[in-house]
Formats: sequence, C-alpha cells, structure tokens
Amino acid sequence: MNLTIVLQQLVNGISLGSLYGLVAIGYTMVYGVIRLINFAHGDIMMVGMYFAFTGIAMLFLPWWAAFLLSMLASALVGVIIDRVAYKPLRNASRISALITAIGVSFFLENSFLVIYGGVPKAFPVPSVFGGAINIHGVIFPNIAIITPIVAMIFLMILLFILHKTKYGMAMRALSFDFETVRIMGVNVDLVISMVFAIGSFLAALSGIFWAMRYPAINPLIGIMPGLKAFAAAVLGGIGSVTGAAIGGFIIGISEILVVALFPSLAGYKDAFAFLFLIFVLLFKPTGIMGEDLERGRF
Amino acid sequence: MKLDRNNILTALSIALFFLFVWWANHHLTSYAVRIWEDTLIFLMLSAGYNLINGVTGQFSLEPNGFVAIGAYVTAILILTPAQKESMFIIEPMVPWLANLHMSFLPALIIGGIVTAIVGFLLGFPVFRVRGDYLAIVTLGFGLTIRVVSNNTITITNGSLGLKGIPTYTNIWWCAVWVVIAMIVIMRIVDSAFGRAMKAIRDDEDAAIAMGINTLWMKQIAFVTAAFFEGVGGGLLASLITIISPTVFTFFLTFELLIIIVVGGLGSMTGTAIATVLVVWGSELLRVVEQPMNIFGLHIPGIPGMRMVVFSILLIVIMIFAREGIMGQKEFSWDWLFNKFKGKRA
Repeated sequence: MNLTIVLQQLVNGISLGSLYGLVAIGYTMVYGVIRLINFAHGDIMMVGMYFAFTGIAMLFLPWWAAFLLSMLASALVGVIIDRVAYKPLRNASRISALITAIGVSFFLENSFLVIYGGVPKAFPVPSVFGGAINIHGVIFPNIAIITPIVAMIFLMILLFILHKTKYGMAMRALSFDFETVRIMGVNVDLVISMVFAIGSFLAALSGIFWAMRYPAINPLIGIMPGLKAFAAAVLGGIGSVTGAAIGGFIIGISEILVVALFPSLAGYKDAFAFLFLIFVLLFKPTGIMGEDLERGRF
Repeated sequence: MKLDRNNILTALSIALFFLFVWWANHHLTSYAVRIWEDTLIFLMLSAGYNLINGVTGQFSLEPNGFVAIGAYVTAILILTPAQKESMFIIEPMVPWLANLHMSFLPALIIGGIVTAIVGFLLGFPVFRVRGDYLAIVTLGFGLTIRVVSNNTITITNGSLGLKGIPTYTNIWWCAVWVVIAMIVIMRIVDSAFGRAMKAIRDDEDAAIAMGINTLWMKQIAFVTAAFFEGVGGGLLASLITIISPTVFTFFLTFELLIIIVVGGLGSMTGTAIATVLVVWGSELLRVVEQPMNIFGLHIPGIPGMRMVVFSILLIVIMIFAREGIMGQKEFSWDWLFNKFKGKRA
C-alpha cells in the first residue's frame, strides 16, 4: 500500500466520519436535553434523502432549493415527532418514552415503504458533486472533499448558536438542570423543539450527502448509519456536540481504514461500530469529551 | 411446594390447558393449529421479554437477535451430518460442527444456554453503565448478528441459510415449554429476586440504597429472558424448517414489544391475554394488505400497511393507555376467591 492510497482512504474516512458526526450531534443534543435516545433520528436521515429525491426527481426543483427545502421539511418532521409523540410523555417513565421512540422509528420506515415502495431509488446527484479532482496524481471524488467542508461550516454555525445566542444558552442550561431552567421562566417546550429542529436539519443534511455518496436509497437506509452515529455520540461522550463530531470522525476513519488494511474483514464492516460501542461502554462509558452522564453539557 | 388450595388449582388449570391442547390438536384445522403453535412460542418469548422490560424496567430490543442465535444453534445440532454436507456448497462446514448431531431436546436446551451466555456477555458492559444504553446495544446486536451470520460461512452457511431442518416442533413441544417458561418466570417474579427487580424498575437509586445488587438482578432477568428466547428460536427453527440471516428481522422484536405493551408492562397475565389477541389479530389484519371491494369501490392491497398500523397502535397506546390491559396487576387465585366472597383484595 502506497502513500497515495492511504491519502485517498483518509479523505474518504474523514468524509464518511463527518456524515456520522452530523447525525451524532442530533442524538447527543436530544439526549442532553430530555435524556431520550431518539431511535427515530437515523430515520430522519432517510426522510431527508427522500424529500430531496422528491424535490429533484419529481418536482424538478434546482438542486440547492430541493436540498434546502428537504432539510427544512425534515426539521419540521423532527419538531412534529417531538410534539406529537414525545411531549405527552415528558413526565412518564423513561421506558415509555423509549418505547414510543422505537414506535416512531418503525412508523417512519414503514410509512415511507408504503409511500415510495421498497425498491431502491436512484438518487439524482447534481453535477457539481459528481466527478473527481486530481491533485498531484491523487484522485479525490468531489463529494469526498465537499462533505467535510460543509459539515465543518454547519458545525461552526451550531457552536456559534450554542455559545453566543440566548437560545443556545437555554439549550445548554436545559441539559444541565431541566427543572431550574423551567422555573427561570424559559419556554422549555420551544427550546426542546429547536433542539429537535437543529438535530433533524443536520441529520437531513447528512442524509443528502450520504445519498450522493451512495446514490441508491431505500426506506431502511437510515438504520445502520443511525446506529453508527449513536456509537459515535457515545464514543465522543453523550451530551457533547464537539465530542459527537470527533466520535463521528473516529468511527468513520477507522471503518474505512480497517476495510482498506484488511480486505478480508470487509464483510464485517457494519459490525465495527457495534464493537466500538461495547468497548467504549466497557472501558470509558463517559466517552472522550463526556463528563458525568447525569451532568452532560454541550 | 405446599399442597394447598392455590397450588392444586394451578395444577388443575395446567391440566385443563393440556386438555385444550389435545383437543386443538385433534379437532382444529392444521392452519389453526399452526397459529396456536405460533401463539404458544410467542407467549414464551414475550413472557421472558416482559421480565426484562416490564418487571425490571430495562428497555431492551434483543429478541430477534437472541431468537436467531437459538434458532441457528438448535438447527445446526439437529441437522444430520449428511444434510450438512450437501447443504454447505460454498465452503464446507467446520468439521467439529459438521459431525455433531443430537436429538431435539438437548439441542433446544443447548440453544437456550448458548443464548443465555451471549445475553450475559452483552448485558455486562451495558448494565455496568446504565439501562438506557441497553436498547441501542441490543438493537445493534440484532443488526450485527445478521452481518455475522452472513459472513461466518463455515458455521451458518452464510446468506444461503440452513434448509430442511427436521420438523420436530408440534403443538405439544410448544405447550410444554410454555408451561415451563411461565412457571419459572412467575416463580422469579414472586420471589425476592422479583421484588428486587421491581424495586429497580420503580426507583433504581432507592434500590441501590437498599443494598440491592442492581447489576446482578438485571443480569438474572436478562439471562432468563435470553434462555427462553433461545429455546423459542430453536422451536421456531424446527417449525419453519428454513432459516437464513434475514429470517428473524426487527419486526419480530416489534411484535413482542406490542404484546407486552398491550398486556401491560410487568404483568404476565396481561402478556398471556395480549399474546392471543395480537397473534390472532395480526392474522386478521392481513386483510388490510389484500385488495378489497367495499360497496363496489375497489381498494388495491397496500403491502406493508400492517406494519404502519402496528407502529401507530404502539405510539397511541404509549401516549393514551400506558397501563395496557392489566397494568402491573397479576391474576391470582386469592383475588378470584375474594371476588366471589364480595371482598376486595
């Protein structure tokens, strides 16, 4: 294996990792605020893909409009899910909310199966994102270069929102002490809705770039990346946004590198994230950036 | 065990249950018998599932993965060496497994034990931290077991799966195992272990403060559930005769989840009622996937609609009727007799 291939794989891994990271942010923020593993989050990725697919292939919108509308619509779906399914259970036992979350996940998968059918659809990749560039003899697909840049931009925007705005402060405060924030007169439901909107927006963004990377989409496509993103969130320390991004990079890069270095293990590719999850729980349950689980902070 | 009124009545009702099984076996159509076999296996699976979810309060999504393990282990043990040799066409089976052959009962028990060991190993990292991660870890395990069984071709025959598994399972096998499972699980629930598990469910911090070893209690519940899920998997393997990595999907877990939620999380009585309702109900629900004619209006069948109905049902129950049919209450003879005497228990 020469340097060229290593470099290519590294870029590939960073690009995949940033996709996991974007999804992991949603898991970690929702868990931080309402202590719920939002099983439907991986499926929001799939929802984003299908919305963008519908926009481009069926409504003939320009790609940027379709992408933007898809992300906004997915954010709306995330908010609706929270309002309809999770909000009535805010004061119920944890297990009730978790069961509802798995119900929502199953509902999204199967209603999209009914609407779009189970046959994989070809995702129309805009020409800007197709093709490849050649840097000193090393060939990179455009999408692998663009993905991490876009992810970084959105991560910066998110960190700005979290640390420099009033609502960001409310989100961080909620993850610290739910009851006190409510007593301070913060509109808690609005802030939670914003967390769901941000998480779903980023998941849809990740979904769209995922679909351009692997342009065949089906209604069950969100499950695996969702699981890996959750592993990334735990690895990074659940509750920490930066941690989620770092966890995403680690999972993405190691997945690509392991397959590149040991091609005989390629069939087990999807099992690595699971092993990661188990090992993190065994040896460092608080993750890289995590503090005490009960006192998670962004 | 004392020979008092309650125990005699329990023994009598078990005898009555076997009488029903005998009657069903002789007088019902083979289709109905088949659905009853499913019902009994599902009852065993969901009773174990309720022990970890309802009684101990640890949300888990393990059944499809664990059932798959039990099914594979049992199937490999009861297939004859000749069958295995003709089936493994991509790569031959590892020799020590290829020549292993035994009768159904030990195969089922080994299937259960292997699954229980897997459950123990899986529960260890999770329960050390907190119950929250159990759901996602077991969900991931269900997906991972598919990846693994697809790739370990010398053991599982990869994506081709195992065919021609001998059909030993009949309604009697299911009935006897379900009685064993129910007795064991009810005894656990009624014991000091069961009370400790309920304490964990209701307030984990208080349970720790009372000196309950929560890791150990959760493991007992999880491993018991795993054992019966493994056995149930073995029964299913011998009932459907073909298994492959895609047979035991998440839908199985979801169906069991619906059952324990409808019946009431933590109530075995509720689980029994709900199993019959859900298994037979989901047979009837097949209607929604078939083309219908209502007053001359033709509605084409919508494949997959059943799952949508199921998921909406689950969400609605969780939001509006979280208690299910039985809540956390159990049927007991004392309750029945007090009812007759007009007293409230």
